[in-house]
Amino acid sequence: MSPSYQDLIAAAREVIPEVEPADVAPRVAAGDGPLIIDVRETAEWDQGHLPGAVHIPRGFLESRIGGTAPDSDQEILVSCASGQRSLLSAQTLHDMGFTNVTNLAGGFARWKQNNHPVEIPRILTAGQRSRYSRHILIPEVGEEGQMKLLDSKALLIGAGGLGSPAAYYLAAAGIGTIGIVDDDEVDESNLQRQIIHTTDRVGMNKGESAKQAIAALNPEVQVNVHPFRVNRDNVLDLVSQYDVIVDGADNFPTRYLLADASLMTNTPLVHASILRFEGHASVFTPYDGPCYRCLFPEPPPPDLAPSCGEAGVLGVLCGVMGNIQATEAIKVLLGIGDTLSGRLLIYDALGMTFTELKVRRDPDCPSCGPNADLQLRDYEAWCAGVGSHDHAGASA
Amino acid sequence: MSTVKIPPVLRQAAGGERTVEAKGANVGEVLTALCEAHPAIGKQILTSDGELHKFVNVYVNDEDARLMQWTDTPVGDDDTLLILPAMAGGQ
Repeated sequence: MSPSYQDLIAAAREVIPEVEPADVAPRVAAGDGPLIIDVRETAEWDQGHLPGAVHIPRGFLESRIGGTAPDSDQEILVSCASGQRSLLSAQTLHDMGFTNVTNLAGGFARWKQNNHPVEIPRILTAGQRSRYSRHILIPEVGEEGQMKLLDSKALLIGAGGLGSPAAYYLAAAGIGTIGIVDDDEVDESNLQRQIIHTTDRVGMNKGESAKQAIAALNPEVQVNVHPFRVNRDNVLDLVSQYDVIVDGADNFPTRYLLADASLMTNTPLVHASILRFEGHASVFTPYDGPCYRCLFPEPPPPDLAPSCGEAGVLGVLCGVMGNIQATEAIKVLLGIGDTLSGRLLIYDALGMTFTELKVRRDPDCPSCGPNADLQLRDYEAWCAGVGSHDHAGASA
Repeated sequence: MSTVKIPPVLRQAAGGERTVEAKGANVGEVLTALCEAHPAIGKQILTSDGELHKFVNVYVNDEDARLMQWTDTPVGDDDTLLILPAMAGGQ
């Protein structure tokens, strides 16, 4: 005869030790408790749970436990509403090879009755759960990560070649606030690559145009349009309102200005630059990794640094590089993975190669070195000055 | 002969090539050979005193030559030199 539910419960009790809430509560309070897996359904979890618990509905236990508990010897306490489903879940984990699994006796109900502290999760709406479901499924993101993104603010310098794809994907990802600095208007010649704009918005401010596209894609994103050029008078106030800067500028004075403002406000800077078939990308984490000036102490003279307007750029290259920036910005905001901090990624679309160079902090860096006297300067004049050198001036 | 990767802005000066071979036992010698073969590159990356401009980064494989022995950094036949000026484009 097949075993009944009661038989399964009884068999699991033989194998899985039970822990009373009162016995584990002090450890949970002290932050050195076991990994707590709550296997209830989402609607139950939303009503409250043990502090620090991780939510894996029972139906997903086998598929998701590896991402949460990679070590099979790890101490795991399973909880549910009354201690039955968690007992069977604990049996499953035991069968999967987890050696140190216990069950919370009486479940969340007894925990709550005994007045132990309860965490009530901030929850995503049903609409958000649906929209961001593919993010939520990723263990490194999950609901918590998605909420972090919803609370995040990213500042895009330029809604051009790099800013267009970056803005699109950051908006789709649910970055709560996106600031777009651009004083330029949409031109027909932009549309080969600046995909956030449309033919019928030619002539409109690029920030406004991007705002319309983002509203159509994800109306819950707050878009702040800053229809001016970033300069040393406004940069600190602007940058300090955001958690990350995505640099899609088209000139060196702005890039060096942003690099210094990133250090002064301790705001990570996600860098990319593009020309023809080639793109550079890196992440500059203030005082933790190298800064832009550690990598490029001085800008080249204008004839060695043509703009895309002068030398051209493959439209789709902008998509690759802008999306690398969006990827890095999301990782920075979530605090996950290895960013490009300390590395320069060079993408050669013509050869279809990715090359990685090591970038190290310059101990003598005039911006982030220990003896740096960092203050905002006249970057136009400085770039023109160092750019002039004694350069012979042959045209590339 | 080591391989020198030419950045987009210098390719015209290198006859349109993305990589060129150049002889030399160290970074300085390889760059001298490169500039002799392609004088237009020399005009772009060298000062009138024949020194490398500060805005030119040179990598030997994935390491910044400035953080090694700069122009004295030894270069073998299997090594790749990469000339890397900053790029500003974003729009």
